[in-house]
Amino acid sequence: MKPCASPPAPAEARALRRLEAAGLEAFRDAAGEKLRRTLREDLKVACGPIRAVRALTLAGRFSAAEAWRIGREIFADPIVERLFLDGQADDGDAASLKVAPSLAGPIHGDFAPLRDVPSQERPIYGDFAPLMGVPSLERPVDGDFAPLRDAPSQEWPIYGDFAFAVCVSFRPGVTDNVARSAAEGIEFLLGRKLGSDEEIHSATVWAFLAPGPTPRELERVCNEVLYNPLIEKVEALSRAQWEAGQRFAPPVPAPALGVGAVEPVPLSQLSDAELEALSRARVLALSLEEMRAVQSHFRDPVRRAARRAAGLPEEPTDAEIEAIAQTWSEHCKHKIFAGIFEVEDEGRRETVDSLFKTFIAAPTRQIMRQRGDIASVFSDNAGVFHFSEELDVCIKVETHNSPSALEPYGGAMTGIVGVNRDVLGTGQGFRPILNTDVFCFGPPDHGDALPPRLLHPRRILRGVHRGIKDGGNQSGIPTVNGSISFDPRYIGKPLVFCGTAGLAPRRVCGRASHEKSIAPGDAAVMVGGRVGADGIHGATMSSEGLSEVSPTSAVQIGDPITQKRMIDFILEARDLGLYRFITDNGAGGLSSSIGEMARECGGARIDLAAVPLKAAGLAPWHILVSESQERMSLAVPPDKLGVFLDLARRRGVLAAAIGAFTASGCFEVFHGERPVARLELEFLHEGAPRLRIRARWSPPQGAEARDGDLPALDAALARAMLARWNICSKEDWVREYDHEVQGMSVIKPFCGERADGPSDAAVLRPDPGTYRALAIAHGLRARFSDIDAGRMAANAVDEALASLVCAGADPDTAVGLDNFCWPDPLPGANNPDAEHKAAQLVRACRALADICLAYKLPCISGKDSMKNDYVFPRSPGERVGEGAAASLARSNAGVQNAARISVPPTLLFTAVGVVPDARRALTSDFKRPGDLIFLLGETKDELGGSELYAHLGLIGIHAPAVEPRSALTRYRALHRLAREGVLASAHDLSEGGLLVALAESCFGGRLGARLELHPQGSRALHPVRFFFSESASRILVSLSPEHEERLRREFAGQEILCLGRVQQAYRLEGGDLPTLELDSLYESWRTPLGKLL
Amino acid sequence: MKPRALILTGAGINADRELAEAFALAGADPRSVHLFDLGENPRLIFDHQILALPGGFSYGDHLGSGRLLAGFLRHRLGEALGEVVARGLPVLGICNGFQVLVKAGLLPMSRGRIEQEASLVHNDSGRFEDRWVEIGVEARAARRSPWLTGLATLRCPVRHGEGKLVGSSPAAMDALEKAGHIAFRYLEAGQPATNYPANPNGSWHSAAGFLDASGLILGLMPHPEAALYNLQRPDWTRHGGGEGTTDCLRLFSNIVKALG
Repeated sequence: MKPCASPPAPAEARALRRLEAAGLEAFRDAAGEKLRRTLREDLKVACGPIRAVRALTLAGRFSAAEAWRIGREIFADPIVERLFLDGQADDGDAASLKVAPSLAGPIHGDFAPLRDVPSQERPIYGDFAPLMGVPSLERPVDGDFAPLRDAPSQEWPIYGDFAFAVCVSFRPGVTDNVARSAAEGIEFLLGRKLGSDEEIHSATVWAFLAPGPTPRELERVCNEVLYNPLIEKVEALSRAQWEAGQRFAPPVPAPALGVGAVEPVPLSQLSDAELEALSRARVLALSLEEMRAVQSHFRDPVRRAARRAAGLPEEPTDAEIEAIAQTWSEHCKHKIFAGIFEVEDEGRRETVDSLFKTFIAAPTRQIMRQRGDIASVFSDNAGVFHFSEELDVCIKVETHNSPSALEPYGGAMTGIVGVNRDVLGTGQGFRPILNTDVFCFGPPDHGDALPPRLLHPRRILRGVHRGIKDGGNQSGIPTVNGSISFDPRYIGKPLVFCGTAGLAPRRVCGRASHEKSIAPGDAAVMVGGRVGADGIHGATMSSEGLSEVSPTSAVQIGDPITQKRMIDFILEARDLGLYRFITDNGAGGLSSSIGEMARECGGARIDLAAVPLKAAGLAPWHILVSESQERMSLAVPPDKLGVFLDLARRRGVLAAAIGAFTASGCFEVFHGERPVARLELEFLHEGAPRLRIRARWSPPQGAEARDGDLPALDAALARAMLARWNICSKEDWVREYDHEVQGMSVIKPFCGERADGPSDAAVLRPDPGTYRALAIAHGLRARFSDIDAGRMAANAVDEALASLVCAGADPDTAVGLDNFCWPDPLPGANNPDAEHKAAQLVRACRALADICLAYKLPCISGKDSMKNDYVFPRSPGERVGEGAAASLARSNAGVQNAARISVPPTLLFTAVGVVPDARRALTSDFKRPGDLIFLLGETKDELGGSELYAHLGLIGIHAPAVEPRSALTRYRALHRLAREGVLASAHDLSEGGLLVALAESCFGGRLGARLELHPQGSRALHPVRFFFSESASRILVSLSPEHEERLRREFAGQEILCLGRVQQAYRLEGGDLPTLELDSLYESWRTPLGKLL
Repeated sequence: MKPRALILTGAGINADRELAEAFALAGADPRSVHLFDLGENPRLIFDHQILALPGGFSYGDHLGSGRLLAGFLRHRLGEALGEVVARGLPVLGICNGFQVLVKAGLLPMSRGRIEQEASLVHNDSGRFEDRWVEIGVEARAARRSPWLTGLATLRCPVRHGEGKLVGSSPAAMDALEKAGHIAFRYLEAGQPATNYPANPNGSWHSAAGFLDASGLILGLMPHPEAALYNLQRPDWTRHGGGEGTTDCLRLFSNIVKALG
């Protein structure tokens, strides 16, 4: 990477120097061991030990002495690693910063007095002297690390006694965070800025010690585990090649892209077919109708004359076409949600004018009128509500599905750091305080067969998880809530939902923190990272289905550290009142951010030549639409600009004034003197034609299993259910997220005696001065879509609210976020059931509106992603993975031989609410033997779409129906009891129903339960149905017998059932249950996913 | 007057707010100082009575945990770093801050020189983990460090991927132990923990933190600043309830008292 664009340093001739740090063999190589485990687990490749060697290539004017100094002082660890420069081992002597001996103090005496000691001899840290030499090793300690091996052969000192050495490095132009940090370290170490012709590159060498894998195995290791060709390159050398003198190729500098010119795109004479071809060729993702709208706009003779006068071609420029495509993309414009639906559903015909306005905005506004705590919805990057008298909270959830499908690590990482920026760009700027993550993947045990270009679900799981982990942990934002759902159809497109909530004082510098404005004359300022070729066409790509030929320039890595600095700086500048408006640079880059901001004051004019670049030779349109990460756009009053830019410089944050806001009515773009684009804001933002969408419901054809066909309720069934991917513990994966940085955590992802019981919601206390706390939970029940997408949506909302209440939140304070991930509901090639998918969407939206109105739950933010399909390149059905094929075959749309894999229509509903007193928050674990166990809510014959039916290979027809009125009464009653401190535990029933909830509450408490069911109410059901039905709005609580009367009084007239008692014996037994040993159930539940780590 | 605590921020440090809160709750006056401001003017340190290095991912830990920030402090603070030791300024490093102190050579400083003697490497599991641990304060350390007066055991979270504390050799680690440089050990049933997860990273001698010879420079991998209130404990709904503060707070109030 190029750290900056200062003049070349003259002293030394340009040369390549390769530093390598190899772990000393006496120390355990945890990274190598982990890779070895992964290879054994995923590829069934067993090989000898693997050692990781870190490499850094310095391309520039570095002397050998400087390279050694870099290696010793900031690269290699002197205790556990040996440093090599161009293959030569370091044999330097120890160096130290000396402290006068008398000041070191006696070790066993009293501690030194706490007073100023006049410094005697000043410690000397002058010229370079090498650091410590290689430590001697006498014997292993604690017996758990690798035994000492013989001294490695002198000829292969770096990689040991290796069979193969594999070097993985980034392709030119891809974000290399290690290199960026190293460059910064080199600058402070050498006391000079790196020159424009100097670059640093990082790499990792995996040394496969003899006996290594076979060459064929090695190829699989490289292709399926070690690297992703979209962003990385790999080079393998065998021992024989190494002996013959071959070495890893030096990194090549990032190539120059484009020609730097502005090209007109002649449209006015094109036929319809040519317009469509142009849209495809440029990845514009514009329909014919939209292309025609653009064509007719630029045919207008008055406009053509005005353009000539402005120095622009009559035909649109490439930059204008690209800016329009970004702004009009489904990703940015939500054309489907804003479209006009002609609906035919069970004999009813109607027209719905915008799903968004009808089913989301209107109900939310109606609810807002009844509540005084909602500050801002639909107008900003995230919805804002008043958390307390002093604090506002905003929250946003995004999806990053397409990028995660292509490059799981970078896709997920940019997903999470991207939604962090949404929060930073809300109002005056909110500080991110929590992340959420919800994934939908194909099953990890899917066979090897996959359609072209798709990655195995296991690889996606690992990569996405690592991206979320690094993105959140390195940013210092706790990941507090989430889940992983599995279904074979997500093989075609994984869903990666990333959410962030932010906190701000209600007033900042005398203004309401959720408000912002721009005045003409304000400077347009870009802050954060440089612009490169990375992330061009992200918005348009995600507006199309995934296919074999999806563009890869949209793939990015993300740099949380650069972003963390930017966040710190922005919040500092916010509190000093240094800017007036802020928004993030996400999809569509500057064309979207500045283009949107221009609407605030009526125009903007920017100069692309003022934008700091990280790649040479970008065409102006690249700069305009690049989605290079870690950037925000701000409006800074002219009198604050100097102070703002100076603060940025002192904080090591890049900031550049790139133009000004105007009242011209246009978004004007220049590159130096050269005009690049001049788009009327009205056309840019309002010119897209509206979609008309036909929606026709096809009723599901499934049937219920007869009682006689249900399996026996025995230990084997219980274990099998608890081990299912959707039910088993996710703890090993979740523990890799930092869930308590920032110190607000009250209820963590896991609870109970050994902190391994699953929590229903996270609770955080943002202000340690009060006990008022924030709870966050979510619901996602995609499989119910196979029967009725409306019930799917209602259950998602209900589950989120129930989970929130179980943690102690007041249901009347809850706000929600709707995130739709749908298969393409527009007709097209290989999409025969598009009208049904559209009807499913209408049903889901209608159900969302109904239930939110009943719960008085406003949707303060949301997002939709409408192209979650994989389209097969050639003949349908070819090379489909067997799991996906089986799933497609049983999809209720009856598409037996589909040419696409469509995700099940999926709504993620996230709910946030207030826990009035954190000390009354609840967890799911049983607390004391003898406590009574109650089931609140009715259990019905509702196994349709359940986990049990999935286990049996069925779908069924009775999907759970939500009855929001009785449910809300129940939630309110539960909350009253929680506030009184009457309840010992509360756990919401979800996948797997009552049996799973009981088992989880037992696991958390390390306590058993004895059921004493009486024949009443729900008891009439077949036991398997009773224990595994997924009827909505049910909650399992436990409480001390002394409070039984209080509970019965509170729930008088409602459906409740006393199930039995908590017991010391670690068994689940009684009622219709066989005796279930909880140790055995725990094993089944706890281990399946952990094994994959 | 309340003692001023310099809380280092910037460059990927991210647990600075809760550390400032800990010092404030303990009666100190925490002041956040940006790393680059300190680089410009290292003497800023001496406007404070405590130097605290919070957790986080300084420079992304891209060249190894804490390595670059340690390089920055050694190179940019230079003499001031020696003066911190010479003046006897209390220093606390938590998690990444501890990694920085070790790699900059401020801990354990058994030879009276600011040079790296030990290291923090990848957890044996190969994974970053957030889990609560119990750590025991070594009795000798409690006697001679003003940070640790009266403390016996603490419960708080570890949140790291590179927390395995190793010496340059087993013998060197033995020597550090004998000389009283081990301040904390991971515990299991009251004994030094040898097994995962009680010893969450495979640290030699179950060591969770170091103390220098003066008793004033202290560092540890676990996060006492994330365990100030009983409400922050993972099992408060089962044991003890959500009122009040924990022993972890005493780490901070100890030093404030000692300075007062």
